[in-house]
Amino acid sequence: MEEKKGFFRRLAEGLTKTRNNIVAGIDSIFSGFSSIDEDFYEEMEEILVMGDLGINATTSIIEDLKVKVKENNIKEPSECKRFLIESIKSQMDVGETAYEFENRTSVVLVIGVNGVGKTTSVGKLAGKLKEQGKRVVLAAADTFRAAAGEQLSEWANRAGVEIVSGQEGSDPAAVVYDAVAAAKARHADVLLIDTAGRLHNKKNLMNELGKINRILEREYPEAFRETLVVLDGTTGQNAMVQAREFAEVADITGIILTKLDGTAKGGIAIAIHSELGIPVKYIGVGETIDDLQKFDADQFVNALFLSEDAK
Amino acid sequence: MAFESLSEKLQNVFRNLRSKGKLTEADVKTALKEVKMALLEADVSFKVVKQFIKAVQERAVGQDVMNGLNPGQMVIKIVNEELVSLMGSETTELALRPGSEITVIMMAGLQGAGKTTTAAKLAGKLKSKGRVPLLTACDVYRPAAIQQLKINGEKQGVEVFALGDKLSPVDIAKAAYEHAKSHNMNVVIIDTAGRLHIDEEMMKELEEIKGAVPVDQTVLVVDAMTGQDAVNVAETFNNKVGIDGVILTKMDGDSRGGAALSVKATCGKPILYVGMGEKLSDLEQFYPERMASRILGMGDVMTLIEKAQANLDESKAREMEQKFKKAQFGFDDYLESMNQMKNMGGISSVLSMMPGFGGNKMKDVEGMIDEKALARNEAIILSMTPAERSNPDLLNPSRKKRIAAGAGVDISEVNRLVKQFDQARKMMKQLPGMMGGKGGKRGRFRLPF
Repeated sequence: MEEKKGFFRRLAEGLTKTRNNIVAGIDSIFSGFSSIDEDFYEEMEEILVMGDLGINATTSIIEDLKVKVKENNIKEPSECKRFLIESIKSQMDVGETAYEFENRTSVVLVIGVNGVGKTTSVGKLAGKLKEQGKRVVLAAADTFRAAAGEQLSEWANRAGVEIVSGQEGSDPAAVVYDAVAAAKARHADVLLIDTAGRLHNKKNLMNELGKINRILEREYPEAFRETLVVLDGTTGQNAMVQAREFAEVADITGIILTKLDGTAKGGIAIAIHSELGIPVKYIGVGETIDDLQKFDADQFVNALFLSEDAK
Repeated sequence: MAFESLSEKLQNVFRNLRSKGKLTEADVKTALKEVKMALLEADVSFKVVKQFIKAVQERAVGQDVMNGLNPGQMVIKIVNEELVSLMGSETTELALRPGSEITVIMMAGLQGAGKTTTAAKLAGKLKSKGRVPLLTACDVYRPAAIQQLKINGEKQGVEVFALGDKLSPVDIAKAAYEHAKSHNMNVVIIDTAGRLHIDEEMMKELEEIKGAVPVDQTVLVVDAMTGQDAVNVAETFNNKVGIDGVILTKMDGDSRGGAALSVKATCGKPILYVGMGEKLSDLEQFYPERMASRILGMGDVMTLIEKAQANLDESKAREMEQKFKKAQFGFDDYLESMNQMKNMGGISSVLSMMPGFGGNKMKDVEGMIDEKALARNEAIILSMTPAERSNPDLLNPSRKKRIAAGAGVDISEVNRLVKQFDQARKMMKQLPGMMGGKGGKRGRFRLPF
């Protein structure tokens, strides 16, 4: 049996590649330049952009940094690092009420395009909540993709939680209706709903989500609502487009950013929060239930920028 | 729509350039700064962008602007040329062994890139070219992967070789090769499991498959939405397994896709096909030149014309072209063109290849893309008299009311269609001007300034 790793350890491991890339760059900048000039900022821009932060977020971060450098009369490139980290941290603050749904009777609706790891994230979240002693009911409202229900059932088994599912091709709203009834009957703390996703099928998606939302409002008005959109961490700036589009059709309260265990950059998380104001609440850094982690701006940014010797 | 935003951005840049009489060195720099931003936002690799900007700047600044061209044309010409050379200047086809010799194609890529779907599409494509392909299910890890390949293979009428999920992918590949040999098949397409490029063990498995069967083409399947990482993925797969070509998927799924630019430039491997949609015909050949002009917002006329030629009845096409040119067409033609658009992959796919149909204009016609709305439109048009169809100006409120009743729709639907029709007619009016004179077939678009 493998030793259970701590949160920071796993996060750090999952982000090792990212950190190595960015930190190697950052360190070389901070040491390679003797003064803070345009070349220095340009080099920094390059590193942030290559970390998938996106050009807009990068520009605003650097502008912010320039102001701070001037205000504080900073001359040394190495001093810049601290300000850079602070600047990003302040942009990434999740807020204190982000996980309120955990302490209330709540419904968590999980949406996203195909192939981002939606069902897997729902399964992991169920496992986490169950570990906390919550009574969880899963709703397999992805009735479109073949075997999506089976996949979620497998996660339900692993987590030891109940699942409500429908026939393949049946109305997802009906599954939600049944799931609400089940959640009420069992006095569930959290009802987790997995939905189907499709590329560029906004109309259907909107109709489907609208219907699901109406049912939840009508049948379960007392429940606290949380709507999480799942984004693939390896996706570039399109993750922003997806977040924006989903925010148009649903009242998004947070983001689950998956697949950060490759050489994925995670930088898009910074860009999304900066540009859309939607906080990343969870990140996926591996295959097991424990690899879905609450997003912590401090730890995330530290893990991103801490150099190896400072760990 | 692929590259939409990039096209728009560049168009905006050049619109500003155009308004100035002369192009100074400072102007070039300002313009290229915008180009750089647009490319970065489109997920083109930073290094590639840098190299690109540098090349364009060097050329632009060194050029004599008094070359008979206006300054804007100079810049767009250079940007275009550099874009083309960046993406590879020649079109590369998937190399197949001649005759009955077996060509082995191995698909590889990250999870969720679209390997299984693409493998089936590729098999269907090769089959339509007269090959006898065998799809091989070597993804023994993902639960429904084998089933998925079987279903997709069946749709393409291609045999799928599967030995369940208990044997090693290497053994399955070997057996499939023998099977193809003994059944006179000449292409073996191996679908492998998705893997992280940093997963040493899984990368080794690909090498082992390569060692066990004579793989001719290792095709890397890359999600077009991939960010800066696309280059890392391509580089690592190339270094560890060795790739021969790239297929870029989900090009229909978003408006960017700058990965296309990066991949070729970084690892030197050609992009063979791009996946543009769900249908078999949506696996399209990748043409660097066309893609370059598309990025520059000048549309992809060549692709459009080729598609039209493949799908349209030749005489009908000529007739339609005449009508386009004179902007004389009625609802019958509208119906006809809608049907043909459907055959060509939908109006959005056609329009996206036309110059000047960026974001806002696309949104104007988005109402026509909805399938149900199309069916309703058909019903409305079929409720018109022949006279009304050929002369839409006849439509007065009383006629519209009758049509609405006949089609079983509200009169507002009829009004909406008529309005859409007017819009379509206006768009068509713009076409002949852009199509260039003689025959309009292979005519190049004039630069929009």
